[in-house]
Amino acid sequence: MSNVMQVPLTPVSIGAITDARNVPYRGGGFGHRPLWIVGPLVFAVIIAIWEFGSQSGLISKIALPAPSEAFAALAKLAKSGMLWVHLSASLKRLIVGWFFGTLLGVTAGMLIGLFSVARAGLSPLVSALFPIPKIALLPLFIIWFGIGEGSKVATILFGTFFPIVIATYAGVDGVDRSLIRMGQSFGMSWSSIVRKIILPGALPAILSGLRISASIGIILLVAAEMIGAEHGIGAYILLAGSLMATDQLIAGVAILSILGLTISWVIGRAEQHLLRWRA
Amino acid sequence: MDLLLRGVSHNYGSVEVLSGIDLDVLSGEIVCIVGPSGCGKSTLLRFLGGLEKPAKGQVLQRGAPPTGSLNPLTYVFQDFALLPWRTVRGNIACVLEDHSLGRKEIDRRIDDVLRRTNLSDFKNAYPRQLSGGMKQRVAIARAMSVDPAVMLMDEPLSALDSQTRELLIDDLIDLMSRETMTAVYITHNLAEAVALGSRIVVMSRRPGRIRDIVAIDVPLAERRRRPELMAREQARLWELMRAEAKAADMELSHV
Repeated sequence: MSNVMQVPLTPVSIGAITDARNVPYRGGGFGHRPLWIVGPLVFAVIIAIWEFGSQSGLISKIALPAPSEAFAALAKLAKSGMLWVHLSASLKRLIVGWFFGTLLGVTAGMLIGLFSVARAGLSPLVSALFPIPKIALLPLFIIWFGIGEGSKVATILFGTFFPIVIATYAGVDGVDRSLIRMGQSFGMSWSSIVRKIILPGALPAILSGLRISASIGIILLVAAEMIGAEHGIGAYILLAGSLMATDQLIAGVAILSILGLTISWVIGRAEQHLLRWRA
Repeated sequence: MDLLLRGVSHNYGSVEVLSGIDLDVLSGEIVCIVGPSGCGKSTLLRFLGGLEKPAKGQVLQRGAPPTGSLNPLTYVFQDFALLPWRTVRGNIACVLEDHSLGRKEIDRRIDDVLRRTNLSDFKNAYPRQLSGGMKQRVAIARAMSVDPAVMLMDEPLSALDSQTRELLIDDLIDLMSRETMTAVYITHNLAEAVALGSRIVVMSRRPGRIRDIVAIDVPLAERRRRPELMAREQARLWELMRAEAKAADMELSHV
């Protein structure tokens, strides 16, 4: 093509353009770009201001201990070996309760999503029980499952169950009908359609349900441990509070935050892996 | 295997969509169904493959499907209907896994159809990585993997831009002239109908009736070389359809 002379279709002025200006740019904005550094920076700045306030006496030590004091309390807890005792007690309850809550929740959600009878029977029940603060039922759970682990796990299980049920059946409802019709048109069996089309299609919704239920699980864990537990982060915070050991209280709360962050990170990784087809 | 429609009528609520359809789809022919939008042509296709039941009339199959056909009546959908969480290979495997074929046979079939549709290089791609045209090629490969007796194609090219559509028509012509295929092909594009159909069924507006059936006795491969003939056929079809399409366009929608 290089030997063909290029002829401009319309006259184009050659040389410097002096009698024109740039068309003003009006696009852009209303979008997001990843800024990894900003999140940690906000934490760092808040902690720094807080520390400075405490050191300079602007913030009374009785009202709020300095971050360094809370950190010292945390270090002491770690050194005494009690950190692991509390943490493992809490984690055990959380994991068992959350796991079975999720398992039962996904099962119930699938039933509601797939069968009209289950939908008609269970979804009003879910609507009736979901808004009950599960911690209000803890005394009942203590009577039913004992003062030990049973009642705490049951509270977490019950609390995480409902958001997962709702997320799952909303996810099933949201599965592209044309994909299900495709499965039927190729003569796929009912169980294949459920396993290979409906379940993966509902997975994004189930995973976001998991995020919500994890937070609910942590809240209920602490509440349950505050009512009757020897060990656990909740028990540690309660004890610190009743001794007015605010540095320990802040340390306990920080552990919960870190726990929440860790779980959210783990779910994020799981999403990245399981939903890599989405990207 | 032939498909026969006898006195098929259907309504959605009080709206009659199809009325008294008699149609034979014989083995080895490609029947294109054209008609104005809303004339019930997609509904008709769903009847043919057993995805929906007509209110009145019979949908019959005559003769046995060829041996080895895993899914005698196989659809190709307008929106591709590929599973986004499976790769090209996985999407084809998905419809083969229920037939207890064994891994080796599944792999053989996948490699075979990917080769026939020139998709071998895209085996491990996810649908989101593919253009619309490639997605529909995958859907066609998937349909071929089960050795259908009749392919039921519901506006397979309507979701594609016109350049891609041209490319895919060429592919389909190649494919259909290379292997004997029986197909029912729904479209609202007359050029597609003329390029592919051995018979073209023209439907009226709602309630859909068969207005006319136009046979084109030119082998598929030869049609590209005779554009003037094809243009004439297309003009003839348009004359048949014009009034119907115009009336359908002016109608208020009830469904």
